[in-house]
Amino acid sequence: MEKIYGRTKFICEDQVSGFCPGCMHSTIGKLIGEVCEELDIIERTFLITGVGCCGLHMEYVVCDNVTAPHGRACAVGTGLKRVNPNSVYISYQGDGDLASIGLAETMHAANRGENFTVIFVNNGIYGMTGGQMAPTTLVGMKATTAPKGRDPKEHGYPMHMCEILSQLTAPYYLERTSCNTPANVMKTKKAIKKAIQNQLDGKGFSMVEIVTSCPTNWGMDALSALDFLEEKMLAEYPLGVYRDRSKEEV
Amino acid sequence: MARVLMKGTEAIAEAAVRAGCRFFAGYPITPQNEIPEYMSRRMPEVGGVFVQGESEVASVNMAFGACCGGERAMTSSASTGISLKSEGISYSAAARVPLVYVNVQRGGPGIGTIQPSQMDYLQATKASGNGGFRMIVFAPATVQEAVDMTYRAFELADRDRNPVLVLSDGVVGTMMEPVELPPMKTEEELAAIKESKKEWAGIGHPIGKRSWIEPGTWDTDRWEKANQWNASLYETWTSEYTTYLLEDAQIVIAAYGISARIAKSAIDDLRAEGVKIGMIRPQIINPYPYEAYDEINYDVCKMILDVEMANPALHVVDVEKAVKDRCPIRTCLRSGGNVMQKKNILDAVKEILKEQGA
Amino acid sequence: METNIMIAGFGGQGVMTLGKFLASATCDATDKNVTFFPSYGAAQRGGTANCYVVISDKGIGSPIGDEMDDLIVLNGASLDKFQDKLREGGRLFVNSSIVDEARVRQGVDVIKAPVTELALELGNPKVLNIIMMGVYIGYSQVLPVDVVWSTIEHKLGSKPNLLPLNREAFEKGLEIGRAQRS
Repeated sequence: MEKIYGRTKFICEDQVSGFCPGCMHSTIGKLIGEVCEELDIIERTFLITGVGCCGLHMEYVVCDNVTAPHGRACAVGTGLKRVNPNSVYISYQGDGDLASIGLAETMHAANRGENFTVIFVNNGIYGMTGGQMAPTTLVGMKATTAPKGRDPKEHGYPMHMCEILSQLTAPYYLERTSCNTPANVMKTKKAIKKAIQNQLDGKGFSMVEIVTSCPTNWGMDALSALDFLEEKMLAEYPLGVYRDRSKEEV
Repeated sequence: MARVLMKGTEAIAEAAVRAGCRFFAGYPITPQNEIPEYMSRRMPEVGGVFVQGESEVASVNMAFGACCGGERAMTSSASTGISLKSEGISYSAAARVPLVYVNVQRGGPGIGTIQPSQMDYLQATKASGNGGFRMIVFAPATVQEAVDMTYRAFELADRDRNPVLVLSDGVVGTMMEPVELPPMKTEEELAAIKESKKEWAGIGHPIGKRSWIEPGTWDTDRWEKANQWNASLYETWTSEYTTYLLEDAQIVIAAYGISARIAKSAIDDLRAEGVKIGMIRPQIINPYPYEAYDEINYDVCKMILDVEMANPALHVVDVEKAVKDRCPIRTCLRSGGNVMQKKNILDAVKEILKEQGA
Repeated sequence: METNIMIAGFGGQGVMTLGKFLASATCDATDKNVTFFPSYGAAQRGGTANCYVVISDKGIGSPIGDEMDDLIVLNGASLDKFQDKLREGGRLFVNSSIVDEARVRQGVDVIKAPVTELALELGNPKVLNIIMMGVYIGYSQVLPVDVVWSTIEHKLGSKPNLLPLNREAFEKGLEIGRAQRS
């Protein structure tokens, strides 16, 4: 029988995902892997993982990797890419990492138009540390450090990274996708491929923000989390392309 | 080799370039601004990269990234800015990344003053970040030493795959002095250095041979092994020091960096007056040259005088450990950005002589 | 033999340049040791500026001596602030255009030069420090004249149109300095 689907070579053969049921990290890891395989760049790719659940990927990928200090993936990526322009650098960061502790590094790498690819996984909560409030936690959403729910008077409002970065001139490509439906998974893959292709073409800073669920820390089962994602998260974080300089080039 | 008059900070930067540093990231802070400024001009000339980071934190992590990429890279700052870099330094030590960095010390604690001091001694030698790692720490007293030590720092960092610190201060950093610069590493030498790091550097590898630059792990046993390996690495290091007129010394000054240099002037004056005084000067302050103090003739020596630009005294912690109660220890201190004067040392010595005469 | 020199004045009078030129000339043309230390502050402009130059046959200890052999003061505030640092019998070079000579202490050799006025006469107030350089070299003879001039020439390399003026300023200073040698 003809084999029409197989596991991407990007994921170590002897590894089984340890992510929680309903978590989308494994899906995204697979998508990055498929893209790297299709572009034939696995052997020159380096994954810079953020701290938190993102860092779990270091166990699974066959490519080079480092866990950057919390929030500093874009600074580490700047150093790496500047000295090795022919290697492919992908930073993989969560919301606490990219938008809270690493906000400055993210903003400034974007503003310098650094030529690497950022995959930003936004699930509105801190995962590994156990459900604390993230900069992207929805108003009213409960967190272990906001037991009564996020109150704008005290905690401010969710931060929209694609929108914020789209105010800068330098970023080349910014898109927000999700992985809640098969169609959105395919769109996410397309976006990741574009963001990495941009790097191969030397276009500059590209980021794909992927809105995901965290059933464990949202206190839901996987299916309810998908409903919550669709109804609440996507209402707060509209999917779409926030910047695409390739559309401006003729 | 022709000597050139150079400012300490610029000489450090040029020494780094000659040692093959091809990536520098830094953030402005006095008194080390000439290092990033010099690098911003010099790096493009040698095909290197200069980035002005958005903060010290970002800068050290950029340099960490460049080192992960197999390049010789450096960052620099002063005192309060070095505190911000401790994250990246600890990560470098954890992940075995050969980062070189320079601290041009100013008055502390906090923002303190912008003038010279030696108030980061304990931070530099005992705890430059979390986790109990150690580094080789150089302490130059002249611009020439700053050059030679910076040049060597890159060799030692690569040899050990461990960060190395050049602990300078606002005097050595801002003064100008004639220096002989070390030879420029050739393109071939640099290519060989980068090639030697190919196995672990983050540049991409064939499947099955990935480089995993690990500043931590989930596996406690593996990490304990890493800690043990690091501890055994630290054991291989040796210190370096100089002695001055130690043999018949009744008073021995213990001083490093700029204070030692000023102390030498005082010793020359005192010797001219017949005072039997000498000095021990550590050039590498971690590991500390405790063994140097065994060279003192304790039958003759009746006082050790620790001279440093810090208050409370910091270097004295290691002097005490080295002297092991064989002799009393005094301190002669200036701080807050006020530079040690020869007169301070002369007064301190004369006070001791007065007591001894009595 | 070690000579400790301090140069002080207003920010903008070329204090640091004077010190650096002196150190450069020593480095380039002699085998003596030399240090230059600029005392630095937070303000970018204005205020007082001072620097230390040490020239020695042997290794230099402190680049910031306690006691000066030579003190060059380009304004009154610097005289008041630093003249006590000058050793007994030391040499004090004063900008007599603006420094009140009545305030000069006893027991030191005073070499006077109205460098502010002379610079204005030459048509450029900025050459004040080069005139004082001439005065210092002409009087102290610490370095050969041609060595100092070639350093100035080299440092001004990017602005050759300024060379004739600076040469004139340097010569003027030398003349004043030499005339006061006893």
